[in-house]
Amino acid sequence: MMKTVRAAFLTTLPVMTGYLAVGVAFGLLLQKSGYGVAWAALSSVLVYAGSMQFVLVGLLADGSGFVAVAMVTLFVNLRHFFYGLSFIDTFRAMGRRRPYMIFALTDETYSILCTAKPPEDVDGKAYFFWIALLDQSYWVAGSIAGSLAGSLIPFDMTGLGFAMTALFLVLLVEQWEAFRTHEPVFVGLASALGAVLVFGRGNLLLPALVTIVVVLLLMKKRLTREAYAPPTPPAPADGPEAGGAP
Amino acid sequence: MSALLLHALGIVLVTAAMTFVTRSAPFVLFGKKRGTPPIVLFLGTYLPPAILAMLVVYGLKDVRLLAYPYGLPELIGVATVVGLHVWKRNYLLSIFVGTAAYMVAVQWVFQGTL
Repeated sequence: MMKTVRAAFLTTLPVMTGYLAVGVAFGLLLQKSGYGVAWAALSSVLVYAGSMQFVLVGLLADGSGFVAVAMVTLFVNLRHFFYGLSFIDTFRAMGRRRPYMIFALTDETYSILCTAKPPEDVDGKAYFFWIALLDQSYWVAGSIAGSLAGSLIPFDMTGLGFAMTALFLVLLVEQWEAFRTHEPVFVGLASALGAVLVFGRGNLLLPALVTIVVVLLLMKKRLTREAYAPPTPPAPADGPEAGGAP
Repeated sequence: MSALLLHALGIVLVTAAMTFVTRSAPFVLFGKKRGTPPIVLFLGTYLPPAILAMLVVYGLKDVRLLAYPYGLPELIGVATVVGLHVWKRNYLLSIFVGTAAYMVAVQWVFQGTL
Protein backbone atom coordinates (compact mmCIF):
# COMPACT_ATOMS: atom_id res chain seq x y z
CA MET A 1 0.00 0.00 0.00
CA MET A 2 2.85 2.39 0.80
CA LYS A 3 3.92 2.23 -2.83
CA THR A 4 0.42 3.28 -3.92
CA VAL A 5 0.22 6.13 -1.41
CA ARG A 6 3.67 7.32 -2.42
CA ALA A 7 2.78 7.31 -6.12
CA ALA A 8 -0.48 9.16 -5.41
CA PHE A 9 1.34 11.63 -3.17
CA LEU A 10 3.83 12.50 -5.91
CA THR A 11 0.99 12.92 -8.42
CA THR A 12 -0.90 15.26 -6.08
CA LEU A 13 2.03 17.48 -5.01
CA PRO A 14 0.92 20.32 -7.33
CA VAL A 15 -2.59 20.16 -5.88
CA MET A 16 -1.08 20.19 -2.39
CA THR A 17 0.61 23.52 -3.12
CA GLY A 18 -2.53 25.07 -4.54
CA TYR A 19 -4.99 23.61 -2.01
CA LEU A 20 -2.89 24.57 1.01
CA ALA A 21 -2.60 28.15 -0.28
CA VAL A 22 -6.26 28.53 -1.24
CA GLY A 23 -7.44 26.55 1.81
CA VAL A 24 -5.54 28.91 4.10
CA ALA A 25 -7.22 31.86 2.39
CA PHE A 26 -10.63 30.24 2.94
CA GLY A 27 -9.99 29.44 6.61
CA LEU A 28 -8.77 32.97 7.25
CA LEU A 29 -11.75 34.55 5.51
CA LEU A 30 -14.23 32.35 7.39
CA GLN A 31 -12.53 33.10 10.70
CA LYS A 32 -12.66 36.83 9.99
CA SER A 33 -16.40 36.62 9.38
CA GLY A 34 -16.86 35.11 12.82
CA TYR A 35 -16.85 31.36 12.16
CA GLY A 36 -13.88 29.60 13.77
CA VAL A 37 -11.86 26.48 13.16
CA ALA A 38 -14.70 23.98 13.73
CA TRP A 39 -16.66 25.61 10.92
CA ALA A 40 -13.67 25.61 8.60
CA ALA A 41 -13.08 21.92 9.25
CA LEU A 42 -16.77 21.02 8.99
CA SER A 43 -17.30 22.72 5.62
CA SER A 44 -14.04 21.44 4.12
CA VAL A 45 -14.86 17.87 5.21
CA LEU A 46 -18.56 17.88 4.25
CA VAL A 47 -18.86 20.36 1.37
CA TYR A 48 -15.38 20.17 -0.20
CA ALA A 49 -15.86 22.52 -3.13
CA GLY A 50 -13.34 25.34 -3.43
CA SER A 51 -15.22 28.16 -5.09
CA MET A 52 -18.52 27.20 -3.44
CA GLN A 53 -16.95 27.43 0.02
CA PHE A 54 -15.94 31.04 -0.64
CA VAL A 55 -19.56 31.70 -1.58
CA LEU A 56 -20.55 29.84 1.61
CA VAL A 57 -18.69 32.43 3.71
CA GLY A 58 -21.03 35.08 2.34
CA LEU A 59 -24.12 32.90 2.81
CA LEU A 60 -23.19 32.29 6.46
CA ALA A 61 -22.52 35.98 7.06
CA ASP A 62 -25.92 36.86 5.56
CA GLY A 63 -27.77 34.06 7.34
CA SER A 64 -29.37 33.15 4.00
CA GLY A 65 -32.46 30.99 3.76
CA PHE A 66 -32.08 27.29 2.95
CA VAL A 67 -33.87 27.46 -0.40
CA ALA A 68 -31.61 30.30 -1.56
CA VAL A 69 -28.56 28.37 -0.35
CA ALA A 70 -29.67 25.28 -2.25
CA MET A 71 -30.25 27.25 -5.46
CA VAL A 72 -26.93 29.08 -5.26
CA THR A 73 -25.05 25.84 -4.61
CA LEU A 74 -26.77 24.11 -7.50
CA PHE A 75 -25.85 26.95 -9.83
CA VAL A 76 -22.24 27.37 -8.71
CA ASN A 77 -21.56 23.62 -8.82
CA LEU A 78 -23.58 22.64 -11.88
CA ARG A 79 -20.36 22.24 -13.89
CA HIS A 80 -19.56 19.15 -11.82
CA PHE A 81 -22.34 17.36 -13.64
CA PHE A 82 -20.19 17.39 -16.77
CA TYR A 83 -17.08 16.21 -14.91
CA GLY A 84 -18.80 13.01 -13.87
CA LEU A 85 -19.55 12.11 -17.51
CA SER A 86 -15.88 11.20 -18.04
CA PHE A 87 -15.76 8.77 -15.13
CA ILE A 88 -19.01 6.82 -15.22
CA ASP A 89 -17.42 3.53 -16.27
CA THR A 90 -14.18 4.12 -14.37
CA PHE A 91 -15.91 4.78 -11.05
CA ARG A 92 -18.42 1.97 -11.59
CA ALA A 93 -15.49 -0.41 -11.33
CA MET A 94 -14.35 1.08 -8.04
CA GLY A 95 -16.85 -0.70 -5.76
CA ARG A 96 -17.11 0.61 -2.22
CA ARG A 97 -14.75 3.48 -3.02
CA ARG A 98 -17.21 4.78 -5.64
CA PRO A 99 -19.34 7.08 -3.39
CA TYR A 100 -16.23 8.84 -2.11
CA MET A 101 -14.79 9.22 -5.60
CA ILE A 102 -18.04 10.90 -6.72
CA PHE A 103 -18.14 13.11 -3.60
CA ALA A 104 -14.52 14.21 -4.03
CA LEU A 105 -14.60 15.05 -7.75
CA THR A 106 -13.43 18.67 -7.53
CA ASP A 107 -12.02 20.65 -10.49
CA GLU A 108 -8.48 19.76 -9.47
CA THR A 109 -9.06 16.06 -8.74
CA TYR A 110 -10.99 15.78 -12.00
CA SER A 111 -8.08 17.34 -13.88
CA ILE A 112 -5.53 15.03 -12.28
CA LEU A 113 -7.62 11.89 -12.86
CA CYS A 114 -8.10 12.80 -16.55
CA THR A 115 -4.40 12.26 -17.22
CA ALA A 116 -3.19 10.18 -14.24
CA LYS A 117 -1.43 6.94 -15.15
CA PRO A 118 -0.62 4.61 -12.24
CA PRO A 119 2.94 3.20 -12.15
CA GLU A 120 3.06 -0.36 -13.47
CA ASP A 121 3.32 -2.14 -10.13
CA VAL A 122 0.54 -0.13 -8.48
CA ASP A 123 -3.20 -0.96 -8.20
CA GLY A 124 -4.92 1.67 -10.38
CA LYS A 125 -8.12 1.83 -8.31
CA ALA A 126 -6.31 2.33 -5.02
CA TYR A 127 -4.10 4.91 -6.74
CA PHE A 128 -7.15 6.88 -7.93
CA PHE A 129 -8.70 6.64 -4.45
CA TRP A 130 -5.56 7.93 -2.73
CA ILE A 131 -5.30 10.82 -5.18
CA ALA A 132 -8.85 11.89 -4.23
CA LEU A 133 -8.30 11.37 -0.49
CA LEU A 134 -4.93 13.15 -0.37
CA ASP A 135 -6.34 16.11 -2.31
CA GLN A 136 -9.12 16.54 0.23
CA SER A 137 -6.72 16.18 3.14
CA TYR A 138 -4.64 19.10 1.79
CA TRP A 139 -7.78 21.18 1.49
CA VAL A 140 -8.93 20.36 5.03
CA ALA A 141 -5.45 20.96 6.44
CA GLY A 142 -5.17 24.30 4.63
CA SER A 143 -8.60 25.44 5.87
CA ILE A 144 -7.78 24.54 9.47
CA ALA A 145 -4.35 26.17 9.30
CA GLY A 146 -5.82 29.31 7.76
CA SER A 147 -8.47 29.53 10.44
CA LEU A 148 -6.02 29.03 13.30
CA ALA A 149 -3.02 30.97 12.07
CA GLY A 150 -3.76 32.54 8.73
CA SER A 151 -2.88 36.00 9.96
CA LEU A 152 0.48 34.81 11.32
CA ILE A 153 1.94 33.50 8.05
CA PRO A 154 5.42 35.02 7.89
CA PHE A 155 5.98 35.18 4.15
CA ASP A 156 4.18 36.88 1.32
CA MET A 157 1.86 34.34 -0.34
CA THR A 158 0.87 36.65 -3.18
CA GLY A 159 0.87 34.68 -6.39
CA LEU A 160 0.98 31.19 -4.82
CA GLY A 161 -2.51 30.58 -6.18
CA PHE A 162 -0.93 30.52 -9.65
CA ALA A 163 0.00 26.89 -8.84
CA MET A 164 -3.59 25.96 -9.66
CA THR A 165 -3.42 27.63 -13.08
CA ALA A 166 -0.04 25.99 -13.65
CA LEU A 167 -1.59 22.61 -12.85
CA PHE A 168 -4.39 23.14 -15.36
CA LEU A 169 -1.82 24.24 -17.96
CA VAL A 170 0.38 21.19 -17.50
CA LEU A 171 -2.63 18.88 -17.74
CA LEU A 172 -3.76 20.73 -20.84
CA VAL A 173 -0.36 20.11 -22.46
CA GLU A 174 -0.78 16.40 -21.64
CA GLN A 175 -4.28 16.36 -23.15
CA TRP A 176 -2.95 18.17 -26.21
CA GLU A 177 -0.47 15.35 -26.77
CA ALA A 178 -2.97 12.56 -26.02
CA PHE A 179 -5.37 13.58 -28.80
CA ARG A 180 -4.64 13.65 -32.49
CA THR A 181 -7.16 16.46 -32.95
CA HIS A 182 -6.68 19.69 -31.02
CA GLU A 183 -10.09 21.06 -31.91
CA PRO A 184 -11.66 20.38 -28.47
CA VAL A 185 -8.92 22.54 -26.90
CA PHE A 186 -9.82 25.44 -29.19
CA VAL A 187 -13.51 24.89 -28.51
CA GLY A 188 -12.76 25.18 -24.78
CA LEU A 189 -10.64 28.31 -25.20
CA ALA A 190 -13.12 30.06 -27.48
CA SER A 191 -16.11 29.14 -25.28
CA ALA A 192 -14.40 30.41 -22.14
CA LEU A 193 -13.23 33.66 -23.75
CA GLY A 194 -16.67 34.20 -25.27
CA ALA A 195 -18.30 33.58 -21.87
CA VAL A 196 -15.98 36.18 -20.28
CA LEU A 197 -16.98 38.73 -22.93
CA VAL A 198 -20.71 38.05 -22.69
CA PHE A 199 -21.23 37.14 -19.01
CA GLY A 200 -18.20 38.74 -17.34
CA ARG A 201 -15.21 37.31 -15.47
CA GLY A 202 -17.26 36.33 -12.45
CA ASN A 203 -19.63 33.88 -14.16
CA LEU A 204 -17.70 32.29 -16.96
CA LEU A 205 -17.73 28.59 -16.04
CA LEU A 206 -21.34 27.55 -16.52
CA PRO A 207 -22.03 29.38 -19.82
CA ALA A 208 -18.65 28.21 -21.11
CA LEU A 209 -19.44 24.59 -20.24
CA VAL A 210 -22.85 24.66 -21.85
CA THR A 211 -21.30 26.15 -25.01
CA ILE A 212 -18.57 23.50 -25.00
CA VAL A 213 -21.09 20.66 -24.72
CA VAL A 214 -23.28 22.05 -27.49
CA VAL A 215 -20.37 22.73 -29.87
CA LEU A 216 -18.75 19.33 -29.23
CA LEU A 217 -22.07 17.60 -29.90
CA LEU A 218 -22.41 19.55 -33.15
CA MET A 219 -18.88 18.41 -34.07
CA LYS A 220 -19.49 14.77 -33.09
CA LYS A 221 -19.37 13.36 -36.60
CA ARG A 222 -16.22 15.29 -37.45
CA LEU A 223 -14.40 14.44 -34.19
CA THR A 224 -15.09 10.72 -34.34
CA ARG A 225 -13.86 10.34 -37.92
CA GLU A 226 -11.21 7.73 -38.53
CA ALA A 227 -8.52 10.29 -39.37
CA TYR A 228 -8.81 11.91 -35.95
CA ALA A 229 -7.86 8.67 -34.18
CA PRO A 230 -9.33 7.61 -30.84
CA PRO A 231 -7.85 9.38 -27.83
CA THR A 232 -6.85 7.54 -24.69
CA PRO A 233 -9.82 7.50 -22.32
CA PRO A 234 -9.23 8.23 -18.63
CA ALA A 235 -9.12 4.91 -16.77
CA PRO A 236 -6.96 3.22 -14.15
CA ALA A 237 -4.61 0.72 -15.77
CA ASP A 238 -6.34 -2.31 -14.31
CA GLY A 239 -9.86 -0.99 -14.71
CA PRO A 240 -12.25 -2.01 -17.46
CA GLU A 241 -11.99 -0.31 -20.82
CA ALA A 242 -13.74 3.00 -20.26
CA GLY A 243 -15.41 3.80 -23.51
CA GLY A 244 -12.81 4.18 -26.19
CA ALA A 245 -13.86 5.69 -29.46
CA PRO A 246 -17.63 5.66 -29.64
CA MET B 1 -26.94 25.51 20.54
CA SER B 2 -28.41 28.87 19.65
CA ALA B 3 -30.87 29.31 16.79
CA LEU B 4 -28.25 31.30 14.89
CA LEU B 5 -25.65 28.53 15.08
CA LEU B 6 -28.26 25.93 14.21
CA HIS B 7 -29.18 27.94 11.12
CA ALA B 8 -25.49 28.23 10.17
CA LEU B 9 -25.14 24.46 10.55
CA GLY B 10 -28.18 24.06 8.31
CA ILE B 11 -26.56 26.26 5.65
CA VAL B 12 -23.40 24.13 5.67
CA LEU B 13 -25.41 20.90 5.48
CA VAL B 14 -27.62 22.17 2.62
CA THR B 15 -24.51 23.29 0.72
CA ALA B 16 -22.89 19.90 1.28
CA ALA B 17 -26.01 18.01 0.16
CA MET B 18 -26.52 20.09 -2.99
CA THR B 19 -22.83 19.83 -3.92
CA PHE B 20 -23.10 16.06 -3.71
CA VAL B 21 -26.28 16.16 -5.79
CA THR B 22 -24.47 18.00 -8.62
CA ARG B 23 -21.54 15.57 -8.47
CA SER B 24 -23.60 12.40 -8.31
CA ALA B 25 -26.27 13.35 -10.87
CA PRO B 26 -24.44 11.92 -13.93
CA PHE B 27 -23.73 8.68 -12.05
CA VAL B 28 -27.36 8.38 -10.95
CA LEU B 29 -28.58 9.08 -14.48
CA PHE B 30 -26.12 6.94 -16.43
CA GLY B 31 -24.29 4.77 -13.90
CA LYS B 32 -26.83 2.02 -13.30
CA LYS B 33 -27.31 0.58 -16.75
CA ARG B 34 -24.95 -1.99 -18.16
CA GLY B 35 -23.89 0.13 -21.09
CA THR B 36 -23.30 3.85 -20.88
CA PRO B 37 -25.14 5.70 -23.71
CA PRO B 38 -22.81 6.41 -26.68
CA ILE B 39 -23.49 10.14 -26.47
CA VAL B 40 -22.25 10.16 -22.86
CA LEU B 41 -19.17 8.15 -23.82
CA PHE B 42 -18.48 10.65 -26.59
CA LEU B 43 -18.78 13.63 -24.23
CA GLY B 44 -16.79 11.85 -21.54
CA THR B 45 -13.96 11.32 -23.99
CA TYR B 46 -13.85 14.72 -25.67
CA LEU B 47 -14.82 17.00 -22.77
CA PRO B 48 -11.54 16.80 -20.77
CA PRO B 49 -9.30 18.75 -23.23
CA ALA B 50 -12.01 21.39 -23.69
CA ILE B 51 -12.68 21.67 -19.95
CA LEU B 52 -8.98 21.98 -19.13
CA ALA B 53 -8.65 24.78 -21.68
CA MET B 54 -11.63 26.45 -20.01
CA LEU B 55 -10.07 26.06 -16.55
CA VAL B 56 -6.85 27.68 -17.78
CA VAL B 57 -8.89 30.69 -18.90
CA TYR B 58 -10.67 30.58 -15.53
CA GLY B 59 -7.32 30.69 -13.72
CA LEU B 60 -6.29 33.73 -15.75
CA LYS B 61 -9.65 35.49 -15.68
CA ASP B 62 -8.56 38.36 -13.42
CA VAL B 63 -5.71 39.49 -15.66
CA ARG B 64 -6.08 43.12 -16.73
CA LEU B 65 -4.46 43.40 -20.15
CA LEU B 66 -5.03 47.12 -20.60
CA ALA B 67 -3.49 48.36 -17.34
CA TYR B 68 -0.01 47.99 -15.82
CA PRO B 69 1.53 45.38 -15.76
CA TYR B 70 -0.46 44.34 -18.86
CA GLY B 71 -0.60 40.66 -17.96
CA LEU B 72 3.18 40.31 -18.14
CA PRO B 73 3.52 38.31 -14.88
CA GLU B 74 0.90 35.85 -16.18
CA LEU B 75 2.63 35.67 -19.55
CA ILE B 76 5.93 34.88 -17.82
CA GLY B 77 4.24 32.24 -15.65
CA VAL B 78 2.35 30.57 -18.52
CA ALA B 79 5.39 30.60 -20.84
CA THR B 80 7.59 29.07 -18.11
CA VAL B 81 5.10 26.31 -17.34
CA VAL B 82 4.35 25.37 -20.95
CA GLY B 83 7.96 25.72 -22.12
CA LEU B 84 9.34 23.63 -19.27
CA HIS B 85 6.65 21.00 -19.64
CA VAL B 86 7.07 20.55 -23.38
CA TRP B 87 10.83 20.36 -22.83
CA LYS B 88 11.19 18.24 -19.68
CA ARG B 89 7.80 16.50 -19.20
CA ASN B 90 8.16 16.85 -15.45
CA TYR B 91 4.90 17.93 -13.74
CA LEU B 92 6.46 19.12 -10.52
CA LEU B 93 9.28 20.99 -12.20
CA SER B 94 6.91 22.78 -14.58
CA ILE B 95 4.43 23.74 -11.86
CA PHE B 96 6.90 24.75 -9.14
CA VAL B 97 9.29 26.70 -11.34
CA GLY B 98 6.37 28.33 -13.17
CA THR B 99 4.67 29.34 -9.91
CA ALA B 100 7.97 30.61 -8.48
CA ALA B 101 8.58 32.67 -11.63
CA TYR B 102 5.10 34.13 -11.32
CA MET B 103 5.53 34.93 -7.61
CA VAL B 104 8.86 36.66 -8.27
CA ALA B 105 7.23 38.61 -11.07
CA VAL B 106 4.24 39.86 -9.03
CA GLN B 107 6.12 40.41 -5.77
CA TRP B 108 9.40 41.92 -6.93
CA VAL B 109 9.50 42.73 -10.63
CA PHE B 110 6.11 44.31 -11.26
CA GLN B 111 5.42 45.93 -7.92
CA GLY B 112 2.32 47.81 -6.93
CA THR B 113 0.08 45.50 -8.91
CA LEU B 114 -2.21 44.23 -6.16
